[in-house]
Amino acid sequence: MKRQRPGTLSMHAGVADRDGLLGALMLAPAVIYIFILVAVPFFLAIALSVSDATVGDPRIHHFVGMRNFIRIIHESAFLVGLRNSIIITLVTLLLILVLATAESELLARDFRGKRLVQMFLILPWAMPVSLAAIDWLWFLDSEFSPVDWLLRTAHLLGPGTLLGPANHLYYFGREWLGIGSIITMNVWRLLPFATIIVLAGRTSIPRDIFEQAEIDGAGFFRTLFRITLPALLPILVVASMFTALLVFGDMTVVALSTRGGPGYTTQVLPYWAYLKGIEGGALSEGAAIALFLFPVLLAGAILALRFAYRADSR
Amino acid sequence: MLALGMFVLFAAFPALWMVITVFKSNVDLYNPNHNPFIFNSPPTLQNVEFLFTSTNFTVFLWNSLFIGVFVVGITLLLSVPAAYSLSRLVGRWGERSSIAIFLVYLIPPTLLFIPLYQIVSVLKVANTVWSLILVYPTITIPFCTWLLLGFFKSVPREFEEAALIDGCSRFGAFLRVALPLALPGIATCIVFAFALSLSDYIYAAVFVSTTAARTVSAGVPTELIRGDIYYWQSLMAAAAIVAIPLAVAYGLLFDRLVKGFQGDTADDKTAA
Repeated sequence: MKRQRPGTLSMHAGVADRDGLLGALMLAPAVIYIFILVAVPFFLAIALSVSDATVGDPRIHHFVGMRNFIRIIHESAFLVGLRNSIIITLVTLLLILVLATAESELLARDFRGKRLVQMFLILPWAMPVSLAAIDWLWFLDSEFSPVDWLLRTAHLLGPGTLLGPANHLYYFGREWLGIGSIITMNVWRLLPFATIIVLAGRTSIPRDIFEQAEIDGAGFFRTLFRITLPALLPILVVASMFTALLVFGDMTVVALSTRGGPGYTTQVLPYWAYLKGIEGGALSEGAAIALFLFPVLLAGAILALRFAYRADSR
Repeated sequence: MLALGMFVLFAAFPALWMVITVFKSNVDLYNPNHNPFIFNSPPTLQNVEFLFTSTNFTVFLWNSLFIGVFVVGITLLLSVPAAYSLSRLVGRWGERSSIAIFLVYLIPPTLLFIPLYQIVSVLKVANTVWSLILVYPTITIPFCTWLLLGFFKSVPREFEEAALIDGCSRFGAFLRVALPLALPGIATCIVFAFALSLSDYIYAAVFVSTTAARTVSAGVPTELIRGDIYYWQSLMAAAAIVAIPLAVAYGLLFDRLVKGFQGDTADDKTAA
Protein backbone atom coordinates (compact mmCIF):
# COMPACT_ATOMS: atom_id res chain seq x y z
CA MET A 1 0.00 0.00 0.00
CA LYS A 2 1.71 3.09 -1.26
CA ARG A 3 -0.16 5.66 0.82
CA GLN A 4 1.69 4.74 4.03
CA ARG A 5 4.05 7.59 4.54
CA PRO A 6 5.83 8.62 7.73
CA GLY A 7 4.72 11.47 9.97
CA THR A 8 1.34 12.76 11.06
CA LEU A 9 -0.30 11.72 7.86
CA SER A 10 0.21 8.04 8.54
CA MET A 11 -1.20 8.52 12.05
CA HIS A 12 -4.23 10.06 10.42
CA ALA A 13 -4.48 7.29 7.89
CA GLY A 14 -4.14 4.80 10.72
CA VAL A 15 -7.31 5.99 12.44
CA ALA A 16 -9.07 6.38 9.12
CA ASP A 17 -8.24 2.78 8.26
CA ARG A 18 -9.07 0.81 11.36
CA ASP A 19 -12.72 -0.01 10.76
CA GLY A 20 -13.69 -0.64 14.35
CA LEU A 21 -12.12 2.53 15.74
CA LEU A 22 -13.29 4.69 12.86
CA GLY A 23 -16.76 3.17 13.22
CA ALA A 24 -16.87 4.08 16.89
CA LEU A 25 -15.65 7.61 16.19
CA MET A 26 -18.26 8.16 13.51
CA LEU A 27 -21.05 6.75 15.62
CA ALA A 28 -20.14 8.47 18.87
CA PRO A 29 -21.40 12.03 18.23
CA ALA A 30 -24.92 10.85 17.39
CA VAL A 31 -25.00 8.43 20.32
CA ILE A 32 -23.74 11.05 22.77
CA TYR A 33 -26.26 13.62 21.55
CA ILE A 34 -29.12 11.15 21.95
CA PHE A 35 -27.81 9.98 25.31
CA ILE A 36 -27.62 13.50 26.75
CA LEU A 37 -30.98 14.66 25.44
CA VAL A 38 -33.03 11.45 25.58
CA ALA A 39 -31.56 9.04 28.13
CA VAL A 40 -30.60 11.71 30.69
CA PRO A 41 -34.03 13.40 30.61
CA PHE A 42 -35.61 10.00 30.93
CA PHE A 43 -33.75 9.28 34.18
CA LEU A 44 -34.43 12.84 35.25
CA ALA A 45 -38.14 12.13 34.74
CA ILE A 46 -37.89 9.17 37.09
CA ALA A 47 -36.01 11.28 39.65
CA LEU A 48 -38.60 14.05 39.35
CA SER A 49 -41.48 11.67 39.85
CA VAL A 50 -40.18 10.73 43.31
CA SER A 51 -39.39 14.32 44.32
CA ASP A 52 -41.43 17.37 45.25
CA ALA A 53 -40.15 19.69 42.53
CA THR A 54 -42.37 22.46 41.22
CA VAL A 55 -41.94 25.11 38.53
CA GLY A 56 -41.24 27.60 41.34
CA ASP A 57 -38.62 25.37 42.97
CA PRO A 58 -37.45 22.92 40.31
CA ARG A 59 -34.59 21.40 42.33
CA ILE A 60 -34.78 17.70 43.05
CA HIS A 61 -33.68 17.56 46.67
CA HIS A 62 -36.52 15.92 48.56
CA PHE A 63 -37.14 12.26 48.07
CA VAL A 64 -40.83 11.63 48.63
CA GLY A 65 -41.07 8.02 47.50
CA MET A 66 -44.28 6.95 45.86
CA ARG A 67 -46.25 9.92 47.19
CA ASN A 68 -46.81 11.53 43.78
CA PHE A 69 -47.97 8.27 42.28
CA ILE A 70 -50.35 7.57 45.16
CA ARG A 71 -51.75 11.07 44.92
CA ILE A 72 -52.34 11.01 41.17
CA ILE A 73 -54.04 7.63 41.03
CA HIS A 74 -56.60 8.85 43.53
CA GLU A 75 -57.73 11.63 41.23
CA SER A 76 -60.67 10.76 39.05
CA ALA A 77 -59.32 12.92 36.20
CA PHE A 78 -56.29 10.64 36.07
CA LEU A 79 -58.41 7.50 36.04
CA VAL A 80 -60.63 8.86 33.29
CA GLY A 81 -57.50 9.89 31.38
CA LEU A 82 -56.02 6.42 31.74
CA ARG A 83 -59.28 4.83 30.60
CA ASN A 84 -59.53 7.17 27.60
CA SER A 85 -55.89 6.69 26.63
CA ILE A 86 -56.37 2.93 26.57
CA ILE A 87 -59.71 3.03 24.72
CA ILE A 88 -58.49 5.56 22.17
CA THR A 89 -55.28 3.63 21.54
CA LEU A 90 -56.96 0.24 21.17
CA VAL A 91 -59.82 1.35 18.93
CA THR A 92 -57.53 3.48 16.76
CA LEU A 93 -55.17 0.55 16.44
CA LEU A 94 -57.89 -1.89 15.45
CA LEU A 95 -59.29 0.44 12.80
CA ILE A 96 -55.85 1.28 11.45
CA LEU A 97 -54.84 -2.37 11.16
CA VAL A 98 -57.88 -3.22 9.06
CA LEU A 99 -57.69 -0.07 6.94
CA ALA A 100 -53.92 -0.17 6.45
CA THR A 101 -54.06 -3.79 5.29
CA ALA A 102 -56.80 -2.91 2.81
CA GLU A 103 -55.05 0.24 1.63
CA SER A 104 -51.71 -1.50 1.15
CA GLU A 105 -53.48 -4.22 -0.85
CA LEU A 106 -54.78 -1.47 -3.17
CA LEU A 107 -51.42 0.27 -3.43
CA ALA A 108 -49.47 -2.92 -4.10
CA ARG A 109 -50.26 -2.76 -7.81
CA ASP A 110 -49.45 -0.06 -10.33
CA PHE A 111 -52.07 2.16 -11.88
CA ARG A 112 -52.27 5.49 -13.66
CA GLY A 113 -52.07 8.54 -11.47
CA LYS A 114 -50.54 6.61 -8.58
CA ARG A 115 -48.24 9.50 -7.60
CA LEU A 116 -51.17 11.87 -7.25
CA VAL A 117 -53.12 9.32 -5.22
CA GLN A 118 -50.08 8.84 -2.98
CA MET A 119 -49.90 12.59 -2.36
CA PHE A 120 -53.54 12.70 -1.29
CA LEU A 121 -53.23 9.62 0.86
CA ILE A 122 -50.09 10.78 2.66
CA LEU A 123 -51.34 14.33 3.26
CA PRO A 124 -52.75 13.66 6.75
CA TRP A 125 -49.41 12.38 7.97
CA ALA A 126 -47.40 15.10 6.21
CA MET A 127 -49.36 17.86 7.95
CA PRO A 128 -48.00 19.08 11.27
CA VAL A 129 -50.23 17.53 13.95
CA SER A 130 -51.27 20.83 15.43
CA LEU A 131 -52.41 22.20 12.08
CA ALA A 132 -54.22 18.94 11.34
CA ALA A 133 -56.01 19.27 14.68
CA ILE A 134 -57.03 22.85 13.82
CA ASP A 135 -58.30 21.64 10.45
CA TRP A 136 -60.46 19.03 12.18
CA LEU A 137 -61.61 21.51 14.82
CA TRP A 138 -63.11 23.54 12.01
CA PHE A 139 -64.24 20.48 10.02
CA LEU A 140 -66.26 19.33 13.05
CA ASP A 141 -67.22 22.83 14.20
CA SER A 142 -70.25 22.99 16.47
CA GLU A 143 -72.15 25.31 14.15
CA PHE A 144 -70.62 25.28 10.69
CA SER A 145 -69.39 21.72 10.24
CA PRO A 146 -69.83 20.62 6.63
CA VAL A 147 -70.42 17.11 7.99
CA ASP A 148 -73.46 18.37 9.86
CA TRP A 149 -74.61 20.10 6.71
CA LEU A 150 -74.29 16.89 4.68
CA LEU A 151 -76.23 14.99 7.35
CA ARG A 152 -78.94 17.68 7.40
CA THR A 153 -79.16 17.65 3.61
CA ALA A 154 -79.52 13.86 3.70
CA HIS A 155 -82.28 14.33 6.33
CA LEU A 156 -80.37 12.41 8.95
CA LEU A 157 -79.88 15.34 11.30
CA GLY A 158 -82.25 18.04 12.53
CA PRO A 159 -85.75 18.12 14.07
CA GLY A 160 -87.67 14.90 13.53
CA THR A 161 -84.78 12.89 12.09
CA LEU A 162 -82.71 9.89 13.06
CA LEU A 163 -79.85 11.75 14.74
CA GLY A 164 -81.98 13.90 16.92
CA PRO A 165 -83.81 17.13 17.26
CA ALA A 166 -80.78 19.44 17.32
CA ASN A 167 -79.37 20.85 14.10
CA HIS A 168 -75.81 20.05 15.16
CA LEU A 169 -74.03 17.07 16.64
CA TYR A 170 -71.54 19.05 18.80
CA TYR A 171 -68.71 16.62 18.15
CA PHE A 172 -66.41 17.98 20.83
CA GLY A 173 -69.12 18.77 23.33
CA ARG A 174 -70.12 15.28 24.43
CA GLU A 175 -68.11 12.57 26.11
CA TRP A 176 -68.38 9.65 23.69
CA LEU A 177 -68.78 11.72 20.56
CA GLY A 178 -65.64 13.59 21.64
CA ILE A 179 -63.74 10.35 22.15
CA GLY A 180 -65.02 9.13 18.79
CA SER A 181 -63.82 12.33 17.15
CA ILE A 182 -60.39 11.96 18.74
CA ILE A 183 -60.21 8.37 17.46
CA THR A 184 -61.24 9.50 13.97
CA MET A 185 -58.55 12.19 13.94
CA ASN A 186 -55.92 9.69 15.05
CA VAL A 187 -56.94 7.13 12.44
CA TRP A 188 -56.91 9.87 9.82
CA ARG A 189 -53.45 11.19 10.63
CA LEU A 190 -51.70 7.84 11.23
CA LEU A 191 -53.24 5.65 8.54
CA PRO A 192 -50.66 6.75 5.93
CA PHE A 193 -47.82 5.88 8.29
CA ALA A 194 -49.19 2.40 9.04
CA THR A 195 -49.97 1.82 5.38
CA ILE A 196 -46.37 2.53 4.41
CA ILE A 197 -45.10 -0.02 6.93
CA VAL A 198 -47.60 -2.69 5.87
CA LEU A 199 -46.95 -1.96 2.22
CA ALA A 200 -43.25 -2.60 2.81
CA GLY A 201 -44.15 -6.06 4.09
CA ARG A 202 -46.71 -6.62 1.35
CA THR A 203 -44.37 -5.86 -1.53
CA SER A 204 -41.65 -8.12 -0.18
CA ILE A 205 -43.90 -11.20 -0.39
CA PRO A 206 -42.60 -13.04 -3.49
CA ARG A 207 -44.93 -12.55 -6.43
CA ASP A 208 -44.89 -16.21 -7.53
CA ILE A 209 -46.72 -17.25 -4.36
CA PHE A 210 -49.73 -15.21 -5.50
CA GLU A 211 -49.44 -16.55 -9.04
CA GLN A 212 -49.37 -20.10 -7.74
CA ALA A 213 -52.45 -19.43 -5.60
CA GLU A 214 -54.26 -18.09 -8.64
CA ILE A 215 -53.35 -21.17 -10.68
CA ASP A 216 -54.63 -23.34 -7.83
CA GLY A 217 -57.93 -21.49 -8.10
CA ALA A 218 -57.84 -19.75 -4.70
CA GLY A 219 -60.33 -16.88 -4.43
CA PHE A 220 -59.63 -13.39 -3.10
CA PHE A 221 -60.49 -14.13 0.53
CA ARG A 222 -58.76 -17.48 0.53
CA THR A 223 -55.59 -15.82 -0.76
CA LEU A 224 -55.98 -13.04 1.80
CA PHE A 225 -56.40 -15.30 4.82
CA ARG A 226 -54.13 -18.16 3.76
CA ILE A 227 -51.25 -16.26 2.16
CA THR A 228 -51.25 -12.49 2.55
CA LEU A 229 -52.16 -12.13 6.22
CA PRO A 230 -49.86 -14.87 7.58
CA ALA A 231 -46.98 -13.43 5.57
CA LEU A 232 -47.81 -9.95 6.81
CA LEU A 233 -48.09 -10.92 10.46
CA PRO A 234 -44.61 -9.83 11.63
CA ILE A 235 -44.87 -6.45 9.91
CA LEU A 236 -48.41 -5.96 11.22
CA VAL A 237 -47.05 -6.43 14.74
CA VAL A 238 -44.44 -3.76 14.10
CA ALA A 239 -47.00 -1.42 12.54
CA SER A 240 -49.31 -1.86 15.55
CA MET A 241 -46.57 -1.15 18.03
CA PHE A 242 -45.42 1.99 16.26
CA THR A 243 -48.96 3.25 15.78
CA ALA A 244 -49.84 2.53 19.41
CA LEU A 245 -46.81 4.52 20.57
CA LEU A 246 -47.74 7.48 18.42
CA VAL A 247 -51.36 7.47 19.62
CA PHE A 248 -50.70 6.77 23.29
CA GLY A 249 -47.96 9.39 23.51
CA ASP A 250 -49.76 12.17 21.70
CA MET A 251 -51.37 15.11 23.45
CA THR A 252 -51.66 17.55 20.56
CA VAL A 253 -54.93 16.24 19.14
CA VAL A 254 -56.71 16.41 22.49
CA ALA A 255 -55.03 19.65 23.59
CA LEU A 256 -56.30 21.47 20.52
CA SER A 257 -59.70 19.86 20.00
CA THR A 258 -61.68 18.90 23.10
CA ARG A 259 -59.08 20.14 25.61
CA GLY A 260 -60.07 17.12 27.65
CA GLY A 261 -63.60 18.44 28.10
CA PRO A 262 -66.44 18.58 28.77
CA GLY A 263 -65.15 18.42 32.33
CA TYR A 264 -62.36 15.90 32.04
CA THR A 265 -64.41 13.26 30.24
CA THR A 266 -62.15 13.18 27.17
CA GLN A 267 -58.89 13.69 29.06
CA VAL A 268 -55.87 11.58 28.11
CA LEU A 269 -52.69 10.89 30.10
CA PRO A 270 -50.16 12.97 28.14
CA TYR A 271 -52.35 16.07 28.22
CA TRP A 272 -53.12 15.56 31.88
CA ALA A 273 -49.37 15.37 32.52
CA TYR A 274 -48.97 18.65 30.65
CA LEU A 275 -51.77 20.38 32.55
CA LYS A 276 -50.45 19.18 35.91
CA GLY A 277 -46.76 19.55 35.27
CA ILE A 278 -46.48 22.73 33.21
CA GLU A 279 -49.73 24.68 33.54
CA GLY A 280 -50.29 23.61 37.14
CA GLY A 281 -46.62 23.89 38.03
CA ALA A 282 -46.38 20.51 39.78
CA LEU A 283 -43.38 19.20 37.80
CA SER A 284 -43.04 16.09 39.95
CA GLU A 285 -46.66 15.02 39.53
CA GLY A 286 -46.56 15.75 35.81
CA ALA A 287 -43.47 13.59 35.44
CA ALA A 288 -45.14 10.81 37.44
CA ILE A 289 -48.18 10.87 35.12
CA ALA A 290 -45.98 10.87 32.02
CA LEU A 291 -44.14 7.81 33.32
CA PHE A 292 -47.33 5.80 32.89
CA LEU A 293 -46.48 5.94 29.18
CA PHE A 294 -43.35 3.93 29.86
CA PRO A 295 -44.79 0.38 29.93
CA VAL A 296 -46.12 0.86 26.41
CA LEU A 297 -42.75 2.12 25.28
CA LEU A 298 -40.99 -0.80 26.92
CA ALA A 299 -43.26 -3.31 25.21
CA GLY A 300 -42.48 -1.58 21.93
CA ALA A 301 -38.75 -1.74 22.57
CA ILE A 302 -38.75 -5.44 23.41
CA LEU A 303 -40.83 -6.28 20.39
CA ALA A 304 -38.75 -4.19 18.01
CA LEU A 305 -35.50 -5.65 19.28
CA ARG A 306 -36.82 -9.19 18.97
CA PHE A 307 -37.95 -8.42 15.47
CA ALA A 308 -34.59 -6.93 14.54
CA TYR A 309 -32.34 -9.58 16.02
CA ARG A 310 -34.38 -12.76 15.95
CA ALA A 311 -32.54 -14.03 12.90
CA ASP A 312 -29.39 -14.23 15.05
CA SER A 313 -31.02 -16.40 17.68
CA ARG A 314 -32.24 -18.99 15.20
CA MET B 1 -60.99 1.59 -7.78
CA LEU B 2 -64.06 2.49 -5.75
CA ALA B 3 -62.32 1.39 -2.58
CA LEU B 4 -59.29 3.48 -3.44
CA GLY B 5 -61.58 6.43 -4.09
CA MET B 6 -63.01 6.04 -0.59
CA PHE B 7 -59.54 6.13 0.94
CA VAL B 8 -58.62 9.23 -1.04
CA LEU B 9 -61.87 10.87 0.01
CA PHE B 10 -61.27 10.07 3.68
CA ALA B 11 -57.74 11.46 3.53
CA ALA B 12 -58.53 14.54 1.47
CA PHE B 13 -61.97 15.60 2.69
CA PRO B 14 -60.93 17.69 5.71
CA ALA B 15 -58.12 19.17 3.61
CA LEU B 16 -60.57 20.03 0.84
CA TRP B 17 -62.76 21.83 3.36
CA MET B 18 -59.64 23.65 4.58
CA VAL B 19 -58.81 24.91 1.08
CA ILE B 20 -62.41 25.95 0.31
CA THR B 21 -62.60 27.88 3.58
CA VAL B 22 -59.50 29.94 2.76
CA PHE B 23 -61.26 31.72 -0.09
CA LYS B 24 -64.65 32.27 1.53
CA SER B 25 -65.94 35.63 2.67
CA ASN B 26 -67.52 35.98 6.11
CA VAL B 27 -71.11 36.38 4.87
CA ASP B 28 -70.78 33.19 2.88
CA LEU B 29 -68.98 31.13 5.51
CA TYR B 30 -71.00 31.98 8.60
CA ASN B 31 -74.42 31.05 7.28
CA PRO B 32 -75.43 27.52 8.26
CA ASN B 33 -77.99 27.36 5.44
CA HIS B 34 -75.43 27.87 2.70
CA ASN B 35 -74.06 24.88 0.86
CA PRO B 36 -70.56 24.91 2.38
CA PHE B 37 -68.90 23.38 -0.67
CA ILE B 38 -69.70 26.09 -3.19
CA PHE B 39 -68.95 29.80 -3.28
CA ASN B 40 -72.23 31.56 -2.58
CA SER B 41 -70.34 34.85 -2.68
CA PRO B 42 -67.37 35.38 -4.99
CA PRO B 43 -64.11 33.88 -3.64
CA THR B 44 -61.76 36.32 -1.98
CA LEU B 45 -58.05 36.60 -1.20
CA GLN B 46 -58.64 38.92 1.75
CA ASN B 47 -58.11 36.18 4.31
CA VAL B 48 -54.68 35.32 2.97
CA GLU B 49 -53.84 39.00 2.92
CA PHE B 50 -55.00 39.34 6.53
CA LEU B 51 -52.81 36.39 7.51
CA PHE B 52 -49.67 37.97 6.10
CA THR B 53 -50.30 41.59 7.02
CA SER B 54 -52.22 41.59 10.30
CA THR B 55 -50.92 38.54 12.14
CA ASN B 56 -47.55 37.26 13.29
CA PHE B 57 -47.65 34.42 10.78
CA THR B 58 -44.56 35.67 8.95
CA VAL B 59 -42.67 35.71 12.26
CA PHE B 60 -43.67 32.08 12.86
CA LEU B 61 -42.70 31.11 9.33
CA TRP B 62 -39.32 32.76 9.67
CA ASN B 63 -38.67 31.06 13.03
CA SER B 64 -39.65 27.67 11.66
CA LEU B 65 -37.37 28.19 8.68
CA PHE B 66 -34.47 29.32 10.87
CA ILE B 67 -34.90 26.37 13.25
CA GLY B 68 -35.34 23.97 10.35
CA VAL B 69 -32.08 24.98 8.68
CA PHE B 70 -30.07 24.46 11.88
CA VAL B 71 -31.80 21.19 12.70
CA VAL B 72 -31.13 19.85 9.20
CA GLY B 73 -27.46 20.84 9.56
CA ILE B 74 -26.99 19.19 12.96
CA THR B 75 -28.89 16.12 11.84
CA LEU B 76 -26.82 15.57 8.71
CA LEU B 77 -23.57 16.18 10.52
CA LEU B 78 -24.35 13.52 13.10
CA SER B 79 -26.53 10.97 11.35
CA VAL B 80 -24.66 10.55 8.06
CA PRO B 81 -21.45 9.29 9.73
CA ALA B 82 -23.48 7.29 12.25
CA ALA B 83 -25.46 5.52 9.54
CA TYR B 84 -22.34 4.75 7.54
CA SER B 85 -20.63 3.41 10.62
CA LEU B 86 -23.57 1.15 11.43
CA SER B 87 -23.85 -0.13 7.88
CA ARG B 88 -20.16 -0.89 7.31
CA LEU B 89 -17.85 -0.58 10.26
CA VAL B 90 -19.23 -1.99 13.47
CA GLY B 91 -20.26 -5.46 12.42
CA ARG B 92 -23.49 -7.33 12.00
CA TRP B 93 -25.40 -5.87 14.94
CA GLY B 94 -24.99 -2.43 13.41
CA GLU B 95 -26.60 -3.48 10.18
CA ARG B 96 -29.52 -5.03 12.01
CA SER B 97 -30.13 -2.17 14.40
CA SER B 98 -32.34 -0.15 12.11
CA ILE B 99 -35.66 -0.97 13.75
CA ALA B 100 -34.20 -0.29 17.19
CA ILE B 101 -33.05 3.12 15.95
CA PHE B 102 -36.51 3.82 14.62
CA LEU B 103 -37.87 3.11 18.08
CA VAL B 104 -35.82 5.98 19.52
CA TYR B 105 -37.67 8.23 17.07
CA LEU B 106 -40.93 6.94 18.53
CA ILE B 107 -40.14 7.77 22.17
CA PRO B 108 -43.05 10.06 23.01
CA PRO B 109 -42.02 13.69 23.60
CA THR B 110 -44.71 13.70 26.27
CA LEU B 111 -42.50 11.41 28.36
CA LEU B 112 -39.52 13.76 28.15
CA PHE B 113 -40.87 17.29 27.92
CA ILE B 114 -40.89 18.04 31.64
CA PRO B 115 -37.23 17.16 32.31
CA LEU B 116 -36.20 18.70 28.98
CA TYR B 117 -37.98 21.88 30.02
CA GLN B 118 -35.77 21.93 33.10
CA ILE B 119 -32.67 21.30 31.01
CA VAL B 120 -33.38 24.15 28.60
CA SER B 121 -34.14 26.39 31.61
CA VAL B 122 -30.79 25.53 33.20
CA LEU B 123 -29.03 26.18 29.89
CA LYS B 124 -30.83 29.55 29.74
CA VAL B 125 -32.20 28.93 26.26
CA ALA B 126 -35.87 28.61 27.28
CA ASN B 127 -38.11 30.98 25.36
CA THR B 128 -35.69 31.19 22.45
CA VAL B 129 -35.50 29.32 19.17
CA TRP B 130 -32.24 27.76 20.39
CA SER B 131 -34.10 25.53 22.85
CA LEU B 132 -35.90 23.94 19.92
CA ILE B 133 -32.76 23.76 17.76
CA LEU B 134 -31.15 21.86 20.62
CA VAL B 135 -34.00 19.42 21.19
CA TYR B 136 -35.36 18.65 17.71
CA PRO B 137 -32.32 16.61 16.64
CA THR B 138 -33.40 14.04 19.24
CA ILE B 139 -36.33 13.38 16.88
CA THR B 140 -34.57 13.85 13.55
CA ILE B 141 -31.27 12.03 14.22
CA PRO B 142 -32.90 8.62 14.85
CA PHE B 143 -35.27 9.02 11.92
CA CYS B 144 -32.57 10.08 9.47
CA THR B 145 -30.02 7.55 10.71
CA TRP B 146 -32.64 4.86 10.12
CA LEU B 147 -33.37 6.17 6.63
CA LEU B 148 -29.68 6.48 5.70
CA LEU B 149 -28.80 3.09 7.11
CA GLY B 150 -31.14 1.58 4.53
CA PHE B 151 -29.48 3.67 1.88
CA PHE B 152 -25.91 2.74 2.69
CA LYS B 153 -26.90 -0.91 2.86
CA SER B 154 -28.15 -0.67 -0.72
CA VAL B 155 -24.85 0.80 -1.96
CA PRO B 156 -22.74 -2.16 -3.15
CA ARG B 157 -19.63 -2.64 -0.99
CA GLU B 158 -17.56 -3.39 -4.10
CA PHE B 159 -17.29 0.29 -5.02
CA GLU B 160 -15.65 1.18 -1.72
CA GLU B 161 -13.49 -1.92 -1.76
CA ALA B 162 -12.21 -0.91 -5.18
CA ALA B 163 -11.35 2.51 -3.77
CA LEU B 164 -9.55 0.92 -0.81
CA ILE B 165 -7.43 -1.19 -3.13
CA ASP B 166 -6.61 1.94 -5.11
CA GLY B 167 -5.06 3.40 -1.99
CA CYS B 168 -7.93 5.33 -0.47
CA SER B 169 -8.27 5.29 3.32
CA ARG B 170 -11.51 3.93 4.72
CA PHE B 171 -12.60 7.45 5.63
CA GLY B 172 -11.62 8.60 2.15
CA ALA B 173 -13.71 5.84 0.64
CA PHE B 174 -16.65 7.04 2.73
CA LEU B 175 -16.19 10.64 1.60
CA ARG B 176 -15.42 10.06 -2.04
CA VAL B 177 -17.36 6.92 -2.90
CA ALA B 178 -20.18 6.11 -0.48
CA LEU B 179 -21.29 9.68 0.20
CA PRO B 180 -21.89 10.68 -3.43
CA LEU B 181 -23.79 7.43 -4.00
CA ALA B 182 -25.99 8.16 -0.99
CA LEU B 183 -26.89 11.67 -2.16
CA PRO B 184 -30.55 10.79 -2.91
CA GLY B 185 -30.78 9.45 0.63
CA ILE B 186 -29.25 12.61 2.03
CA ALA B 187 -31.74 14.71 0.06
CA THR B 188 -34.57 12.64 1.53
CA CYS B 189 -33.12 13.26 4.99
CA ILE B 190 -33.08 16.99 4.43
CA VAL B 191 -36.77 16.93 3.57
CA PHE B 192 -37.73 14.83 6.57
CA ALA B 193 -35.49 16.56 9.10
CA PHE B 194 -37.03 19.85 8.04
CA ALA B 195 -40.59 18.50 8.06
CA LEU B 196 -40.18 16.85 11.47
CA SER B 197 -38.78 20.01 13.01
CA LEU B 198 -41.74 21.89 11.56
CA SER B 199 -44.28 19.41 12.88
CA ASP B 200 -43.52 19.37 16.57
CA TYR B 201 -46.09 21.00 18.79
CA ILE B 202 -45.36 19.83 22.32
CA TYR B 203 -41.79 21.09 22.75
CA ALA B 204 -42.61 24.31 20.93
CA ALA B 205 -45.63 24.96 23.14
CA VAL B 206 -43.81 24.10 26.39
CA PHE B 207 -40.41 25.73 25.86
CA VAL B 208 -41.46 28.93 24.14
CA SER B 209 -44.08 31.40 25.29
CA THR B 210 -43.03 34.62 23.57
CA THR B 211 -44.42 35.51 20.17
CA ALA B 212 -41.01 36.41 18.81
CA ALA B 213 -39.71 32.84 19.13
CA ARG B 214 -42.84 30.88 18.25
CA THR B 215 -42.93 28.36 15.41
CA VAL B 216 -45.71 27.79 12.89
CA SER B 217 -46.89 24.64 14.68
CA ALA B 218 -47.28 26.33 18.06
CA GLY B 219 -47.91 29.89 16.94
CA VAL B 220 -50.85 29.30 14.62
CA PRO B 221 -53.07 27.44 17.11
CA THR B 222 -52.18 29.67 20.07
CA GLU B 223 -52.02 33.14 18.60
CA LEU B 224 -54.38 33.08 15.64
CA ILE B 225 -57.14 32.18 18.05
CA ARG B 226 -57.82 35.21 20.22
CA GLY B 227 -59.83 34.20 23.25
CA ASP B 228 -62.96 32.77 21.74
CA ILE B 229 -62.53 34.40 18.36
CA TYR B 230 -61.34 32.03 15.66
CA TYR B 231 -60.15 33.58 12.43
CA TRP B 232 -61.10 30.42 10.59
CA GLN B 233 -60.23 31.46 7.06
CA SER B 234 -56.80 32.72 8.05
CA LEU B 235 -56.23 29.69 10.26
CA MET B 236 -57.03 27.42 7.34
CA ALA B 237 -54.82 29.50 5.05
CA ALA B 238 -51.92 29.09 7.48
CA ALA B 239 -52.52 25.34 7.66
CA ALA B 240 -52.84 24.96 3.88
CA ILE B 241 -49.71 26.96 3.12
CA VAL B 242 -47.70 24.57 5.28
CA ALA B 243 -49.56 21.34 4.53
CA ILE B 244 -49.73 21.32 0.75
CA PRO B 245 -45.99 21.59 0.00
CA LEU B 246 -45.35 18.96 2.68
CA ALA B 247 -47.94 16.61 1.16
CA VAL B 248 -46.33 16.98 -2.26
CA ALA B 249 -42.86 16.31 -0.87
CA TYR B 250 -43.99 13.32 1.19
CA GLY B 251 -46.01 12.00 -1.75
CA LEU B 252 -42.95 12.08 -3.99
CA LEU B 253 -40.94 10.24 -1.33
CA PHE B 254 -43.68 7.67 -0.65
CA ASP B 255 -41.91 4.76 -2.36
CA ARG B 256 -38.63 5.62 -0.71
CA LEU B 257 -40.23 5.38 2.73
CA VAL B 258 -41.71 2.01 1.84
CA LYS B 259 -38.20 0.87 0.88
CA GLY B 260 -36.87 2.10 4.19
CA PHE B 261 -39.08 -0.33 6.08
CA GLN B 262 -38.54 -3.02 3.50
CA GLY B 263 -34.86 -3.20 4.38
CA ASP B 264 -35.80 -4.77 7.70
CA THR B 265 -38.13 -7.42 6.40
CA ALA B 266 -36.00 -8.32 3.39
CA ASP B 267 -33.05 -8.85 5.73
CA ASP B 268 -35.12 -11.13 7.85
CA LYS B 269 -36.01 -13.31 4.94
CA THR B 270 -32.47 -13.86 3.75
CA ALA B 271 -31.10 -14.44 7.24
CA ALA B 272 -33.90 -16.62 8.58
